[in-house]
Amino acid sequence: MKYIKFFIIGILFGIVMSKAEIISWYRIYEMFKFQSFHMYGIIGSAVMLGMISMFFFRKKLVKTFEGNEIHVKPKKLGMYRNLLGGILFGLGWALAGACPGPMFVLVGKGVVSILVVIFGATLGAFLYGLSKDKIPH
Amino acid sequence: MEFITQPWAWYVAGPVIALIMFLLFYFGERFGMSSNLETFCSIGGAGKFVDYFKIDWKQNKWNLIFVAGSVVGGFIASYWLSPSDAVMLNPQTVQDLADIGIANAGQTYLPDEIFSIDTMLSLKGFFILLIAGIMVGFGARWAGGCTSGHAIVGLSNLELPSLISVIGFFVGGLVMTWLILPLIF
Repeated sequence: MKYIKFFIIGILFGIVMSKAEIISWYRIYEMFKFQSFHMYGIIGSAVMLGMISMFFFRKKLVKTFEGNEIHVKPKKLGMYRNLLGGILFGLGWALAGACPGPMFVLVGKGVVSILVVIFGATLGAFLYGLSKDKIPH
Repeated sequence: MEFITQPWAWYVAGPVIALIMFLLFYFGERFGMSSNLETFCSIGGAGKFVDYFKIDWKQNKWNLIFVAGSVVGGFIASYWLSPSDAVMLNPQTVQDLADIGIANAGQTYLPDEIFSIDTMLSLKGFFILLIAGIMVGFGARWAGGCTSGHAIVGLSNLELPSLISVIGFFVGGLVMTWLILPLIF
């Protein structure tokens, strides 16, 4: 039962991704062509409000439902890791028109071919694990 | 009901995404979709080949449940909350896509030139989908996160690794959109 809340938040995620057309390949293309404000508005407003959340967490004004302090662990820094990994991700994002969240939402939409993309992404994660000691971070 | 069935504006979607991030923190977890790909590898037995995948994936179970919910959410939104599948695009975008070989942009939710069953079953179409996926999966794990973990959570938390990664996302996305896509179709 403790997992049901994550299922419900996931449903909300799937609905907002679909209804705001974030899972449409066209919206991603349009964003990279700078021909619409839509995606910039979504990411920008989410980040602005996210900063306010982080402020409340840092000031300990908001704790988890169990009363624990919320510490947001910083991501690993590495010029090669972040920049090269980021560029490779961006190439795939603009080609598939979907990042790892929208891929799953598109399954719910009944898009069969997205399963190939998900298989590829899982394979990509596996290949990263296989080669991570040989590539720069 | 009309405010639900019409496409949602950015100023609705952005705050809802921020709320999702907040709720996941409130429930003691962290918003990040691409780590599920590693969990799939671990469940599939990748730990037998690479130690990196020898993790106790059960700690990520909440995220798999979240993924299952997002599939159901996609189903609900598509079948019950969306009377039309058309995407209203900038006429310039429609023209630009026609010029590179993607016809009737916006009349359906996704371009048939990439996502139709016929395309998927062609050799070229299959490899485009597969390679796109590999780049997303490899790139996200190399960078340590994707749009959710870096662009939403990381930027909100003013983290340098996330800023560099998001700049990378855009460099890659711009190169694909402006230079490579015109050559593919």
